[in-house]
Amino acid sequence: MHRFANPTRFLRIANAVLPWCVSLTAVLFVLGLGWGLFFSPPDYQQGETVRIMYVHVPAAWMGLFIYGVMAVASAVGLIWRHPLAELTAKAAAPIGAAFTFLSLVTGSLWGKPMWGTWWVWDARLTSMLILLFLYIGYIFLWDAFDDPQRAAKAAAILALVGSVNLPIIKFSVDWWNTLHQPASVVTMQGPKIDSAILWPLIVMALAFKAFFVSVLLVRIKAELAERKLRIMRLNQVARENSRLGAAQAGAES
Amino acid sequence: MSEFFDMGGYAAFVWPAYGIVLLVLGVLALRSVQHLRRAERELAALQALNPRRRRSRQGKGG
Amino acid sequence: MTVFWAVVRRDLLLAFRQGGGAGMAVTFFVVTVTLFPLGVGPEPNVLARIGSGVVWVSALLAALLSLDRLFQADLEDGGLDLLSLSPEPLEIIVLAKCLAHWLSTGLPLIAVAPLLGLLMGMPGAGIGGLVLAMLLGTPALSLIGAVGAGLTAGVRRGGVLLSLLVLPLYIPILIFGVSAVEAAATGLTARPHLLILAAMSLFTAVLAPLAAAAAVRLALE
Repeated sequence: MHRFANPTRFLRIANAVLPWCVSLTAVLFVLGLGWGLFFSPPDYQQGETVRIMYVHVPAAWMGLFIYGVMAVASAVGLIWRHPLAELTAKAAAPIGAAFTFLSLVTGSLWGKPMWGTWWVWDARLTSMLILLFLYIGYIFLWDAFDDPQRAAKAAAILALVGSVNLPIIKFSVDWWNTLHQPASVVTMQGPKIDSAILWPLIVMALAFKAFFVSVLLVRIKAELAERKLRIMRLNQVARENSRLGAAQAGAES
Repeated sequence: MSEFFDMGGYAAFVWPAYGIVLLVLGVLALRSVQHLRRAERELAALQALNPRRRRSRQGKGG
Repeated sequence: MTVFWAVVRRDLLLAFRQGGGAGMAVTFFVVTVTLFPLGVGPEPNVLARIGSGVVWVSALLAALLSLDRLFQADLEDGGLDLLSLSPEPLEIIVLAKCLAHWLSTGLPLIAVAPLLGLLMGMPGAGIGGLVLAMLLGTPALSLIGAVGAGLTAGVRRGGVLLSLLVLPLYIPILIFGVSAVEAAATGLTARPHLLILAAMSLFTAVLAPLAAAAAVRLALE
């Protein structure tokens, strides 16, 4: 852990790994999209709409997974004060929000032909919507502070509070949903997953994961550069002030 | 081929789903790379202004 | 422990004396609930059906109102610096402020809730359930809110951000609060729902002061 905490060492590793990650992402995307759109069979119940699942389900997994990454990174940043962990949490949030948003939109596009409506207050859809709210609040909190170090700590506290609350929210939404479940809604526990469907699903999930790692590395690099920029600017202002002060003192004497 | 694009009558749902995934992920990746480029460009410009600092960095690392 | 009660006393005095806090939250609560019949129409069946939800949602929003001043006011006048120097851990002081907030906001809301239940045409058993559910659930609102208030203390537009951060975390209280009322109104036992609400309040009473105190320490740096 400590070996990666050093920013220069991180940059060296990130620069070495990044091209591989990007290539892997591209290959997996081509493979997953091709498999999902061309070679997998249509479902006997859901027809061609089952293809939406290949992007919908992995996006939902990523939405949850990235919140977990954010919470762990926040805890590490808060306890051991690793600046790199704080930046990881910050860099991960927009990616997680994007995947959560995509799972909602693709779920809606799947729901319309299957359930006959764009949106149902299904337990899973509702939980994902609340997860999106948590992401958005987290991103706003980062932006609310001028001082990045205070922002990092405040955001970390929020991420941890959110991660403790997430299971409670999930539990209560599930419970609420079974109470109010309209009889007409078809649940998604249709036929058992066939391997012809499972494989493209796994490939797409891996493609999303590789995409996450690639974009995460790029964003952390950007945050590190941004932080260095900030320090250099502060130094420059301090230097100019001291030069002005010296010149003034010289003129006075 | 047209059968493939028709998606068994569900083209209006399947294609937009894939489209928005590619669009959102593409924009996210593009903006992240742009952010990195801009920060690196500004950093390079600032370091060019302060050759003293740059020299000391080059001497240490490499 | 004397510091604890001193903080509770002082916050209560401030909340009730300045004509601010308590009175405004209650008025907001009543006005918000009044908007619903005007919005959805005076049909008694509809109002009775949505009554418990409307009262609970309005209570969540009313509880939020006074939260943004919870630490902000003490941060501005330096009172928080003094409190942080006291021998009591900051967590205890945060808990005292939560208790004061609940006494000055939660309790008045509970006091007018039966009246609003009547206005919404809720049955008597439902109103009884509402008061019990609010008694057990609203402490969690003050406690969770304190975390948000600590995080947004000293932040521009802190009030709006506070609502954004805290409202999603209020959802479990809302769900079990409403279902307790509905169970009571339909003659079923509300006991399990009330127990879950109590559990949530106790759970947050342990964890929320830790998070809120960490956030306040950050604001004091």
